[in-house]
Amino acid sequence: MGGFLVVLSPFNLMLMLVGILLGVIIGVLPGLGGANGVAILLPLTFSMSPTSAIIMLSCIYWGALFGGAITSILFNIPGEPWSVATTFDGHPMARKGRADEALTAAFTSSFVGALVAVLVITFLAPLVAKFALKFGPAEFFAVQFLTFASFIGMGKGSPFKTLASMTLGFALASVGLDSVTGQLRMTFGTAELLTGFKFLVAVIGLFGIGEILGSMETGLAFTGAHARLRLNAVLETWKKLPQYWMTSLRSCIIGCWMGITPGGATPASFMSYGLAKRFSKDGHKFGTGQIEGVIAPETGAHAAGTSALLPMLTLGIPGSPTAAVLLGGLLIWGLQPGPLLFIEQKDFVWGLIASMYLGNIVGLVIVLTCVPLFAAILRVPFSIIAPVIMVICAVGAYTINNAMFDVWMMGVFGVIGYLFNKLKYPLPPMVLALVLGDMAESSFRQSMLLSQGDLSIFWSNGLVGTIFGLGVILLFWPVISWLMGMARQGKTA
Amino acid sequence: MSGHDGDTDNSPRLVSVRTMDIVVALVLIAAAGVVITDSLRLGVRWRPIEGPAAGYFPFYIGLILALSSAVTLIRAVMDKPAGGQTFVTKKAFGQVLAVLIPLIVYIVVLGFIGIYVASAIYIALFMWHFGKYPLTKGAPIGIAISLVLFLMFEVWFLVPLPKGPLEEMLGY
Repeated sequence: MGGFLVVLSPFNLMLMLVGILLGVIIGVLPGLGGANGVAILLPLTFSMSPTSAIIMLSCIYWGALFGGAITSILFNIPGEPWSVATTFDGHPMARKGRADEALTAAFTSSFVGALVAVLVITFLAPLVAKFALKFGPAEFFAVQFLTFASFIGMGKGSPFKTLASMTLGFALASVGLDSVTGQLRMTFGTAELLTGFKFLVAVIGLFGIGEILGSMETGLAFTGAHARLRLNAVLETWKKLPQYWMTSLRSCIIGCWMGITPGGATPASFMSYGLAKRFSKDGHKFGTGQIEGVIAPETGAHAAGTSALLPMLTLGIPGSPTAAVLLGGLLIWGLQPGPLLFIEQKDFVWGLIASMYLGNIVGLVIVLTCVPLFAAILRVPFSIIAPVIMVICAVGAYTINNAMFDVWMMGVFGVIGYLFNKLKYPLPPMVLALVLGDMAESSFRQSMLLSQGDLSIFWSNGLVGTIFGLGVILLFWPVISWLMGMARQGKTA
Repeated sequence: MSGHDGDTDNSPRLVSVRTMDIVVALVLIAAAGVVITDSLRLGVRWRPIEGPAAGYFPFYIGLILALSSAVTLIRAVMDKPAGGQTFVTKKAFGQVLAVLIPLIVYIVVLGFIGIYVASAIYIALFMWHFGKYPLTKGAPIGIAISLVLFLMFEVWFLVPLPKGPLEEMLGY
């Protein structure tokens, strides 16, 4: 465990602290979230060593995960999509004057969820990486195919909209110089498009500007409960928590599963809440301020958010938009994510994993002690916060490549984000396609070259065939479940 | 998180979800058309030695995009035109435009006068328009935030941002 030595240098510890604080603030503010917060701050880390940079950026991510809970419970405004489910019972608890109980439960269960996920990463990641060393291009393409198919299979809403959002991402990713033949694709003679669309710009626009535009429709007004965490309330809540171990465990499993397959933190939190409601003996009271209704989604969301880093590190496939942004960072720092990372960059990998343990402990302490401070940020009126966030987004988009064109694109992506949000086109598939587009395409073309254009390479051996088969099942899952529903109806009728 | 305009906003509906679904699907089909046309130019077939040509992958991506959008389009067209959900009301759309247009102006202007001056003005005007703050209150906040940004980027992290005549005058 030399990783802890890497992390324990004073400089890295300081970065960790700064990262968590920034992360919580980002999580608390509307319009800034894990994905675009990390995207905006990424250029600031270019001068640091990759290990320090990823420690700070991943701590921003943990902070954002913690921060989302504060606004949900105190103000009934989810700071992040994955904390929507926390509002169901968290806010009623706060209105009954049990805000400190709800906050403590939320933070502690986030911590538990993350810890379990880090343990999973610690023990599973080296195994997965070792296994993945055997992968050829066909296997990689099969895994990527599985990733995207699972969006369609597990997504809610129209699968056609998921597909459209995803392919739009792929199409945007293919703009620019083709890495195999050196030909220019879809640039139409413009110099700006030579390097293609930068997905960091897309993330800032889609999630940042898009969300502000959406919330302007209603004109957000913050009206919330005041909060102070008293020490004895914290201790009282901690005494009560162990009796809900079943809920915790269930949510951890859901979270880890949803994080590793790219379901992401948001569906994980909803699923955990739903299952806790079904299995709890107080299920009918959910929604009125049940502590279990806070524990379940928070544990699920954090477990998913953390375990999303496992496929990113071992296979180079991010499990969530934020993990995708971190992956983009790795590429910029010159690190190729994937199984080889575990052999060639041991310090980096174990430093990151060690920072996950420490970062979550530090995060728990910070959020428990600083709740009044963060709640104060929320009392700043929206008409001040909104333009400041716009400015920060513009700065973030510009610094990625020092190009005005990117600031323009941020605006365009902002409008796309607003429209897609309202029409229920999911955004994560598009972001992931933008990030993975080039990789997926090149592994596809490499496998085609290997097989001389024969598609059967995707079921040529057991390994690739299984992964590919799973992908096909997930891809057609909406059709299958529809047919099954029809069959059942036919029987009962 | 968006789309809750029913509670307080009773202004007339501007567009329905159905109409917007149709419009967006048509735009996506057009985008797919661009992708497919350009892929055909690059070649979508197998080439000896090279393997699949540069247009091969985007071609099929464009095809899937067109097909899936066509399904969304047909579904929306088949929906009943009357009733249905509201995409945006007049009042809400006005609010969105009131944010969007200044944002566009801000983006254009910051290329000329630099990001710091533009941001200070943008924040002050935004606060004045939406928060009804007097400019005497908005201006100091805008300037303070620009100063913090300046210190953070130009001084500490040495990341240059777009600058204009004012910064040049001050020697940056």
